[in-house]
Amino acid sequence: MVKGRQGERVRSKSNQYPNTSLVQIEGVNTKEEVSWYQGKRVAYIYKAKVKVKGSHYRCIWGKVIRPHGNTGIVRAKFTSNLPPKSMGSRVRVMMFPSNI
Amino acid sequence: MAPSTKTKVSRNPDLIRGVGKYSRSQMYHKRGLWAIKAKNGGVFPRHDAKPAAAEPVVKPPKYYPADDVKKPLANKRKARPTKLRASITPGTVLIILSGRFKGKRVVFLKQLASGLLLVTGPFKINGVPLRRVNQAYVIATSTKVDIAGVNVEKFDDKYFAKEVAKKNKKGEGEFFEAEKDEKKTLPAAKKEDQQGVDAVLLKSIECVPDLKTYLSARFSLMSGMKPHELVF
Repeated sequence: MVKGRQGERVRSKSNQYPNTSLVQIEGVNTKEEVSWYQGKRVAYIYKAKVKVKGSHYRCIWGKVIRPHGNTGIVRAKFTSNLPPKSMGSRVRVMMFPSNI
Repeated sequence: MAPSTKTKVSRNPDLIRGVGKYSRSQMYHKRGLWAIKAKNGGVFPRHDAKPAAAEPVVKPPKYYPADDVKKPLANKRKARPTKLRASITPGTVLIILSGRFKGKRVVFLKQLASGLLLVTGPFKINGVPLRRVNQAYVIATSTKVDIAGVNVEKFDDKYFAKEVAKKNKKGEGEFFEAEKDEKKTLPAAKKEDQQGVDAVLLKSIECVPDLKTYLSARFSLMSGMKPHELVF
């Protein structure tokens, strides 16, 4: 998996749209490079005090939808909106579903 | 004799769409209707309707539904296996991307009817048994292994189906003992199948220098590696 940082929501000046998050993938710097990642699944992994299914770790899955702008930032949609405390946190971009 | 259905070709070529080259009387002559009539004594042959077979007596139904019952639309879809990527051919080394064997390099054998890919480690090299993998969770490398001589005919989706647990009615006392005894061991037949396939593969793998160590090593992304720039 590739490392990425997520945080900002898609927004205009005074309104934000929390259903889509912006993800910065390491090593991706142009809009053309994003095409490889389109459709790839993204996982936001976090810890919680209460054990769910035997683990303290929990995951919100999502996928890369499209590029955002010209410099390699990517829009990602998750199964449920990412919590605001996760802004700036690590996100894992998987290499599947693969097309190679 | 099988009836040959030839596509009907018109003897009247189009000058423009909707306008034929020949007139009605010319077409009459071309089609040979005059010859058919002459054969039949001046009259066009007429076939009487065949006598209908005696239909069995059907009682009128006692019950008619009050409202019109809608018929579901006919579904003419055919199930087909997923289209195989051009980069995946029998003998290609694949990298498995997720699941228990993520990162393992594995040899592709064939595509099954369900669309899943049949794959093997080989087991001795990297611990991956004969297994099914989804095409989307796999990266095809350009490395190929020669799998001529490997017999994969007998493997299909049914081979991998889970065995249905038999429902045993047991008394309470026996119940707890029986649960301990049930251990899932791989049937010997499957182990033999694995060895049969792998034996041939191992020979062709050992012919190529470094291929064995390549297959036993896992794939991983190192620092600075960008997957979108990698050539697999």
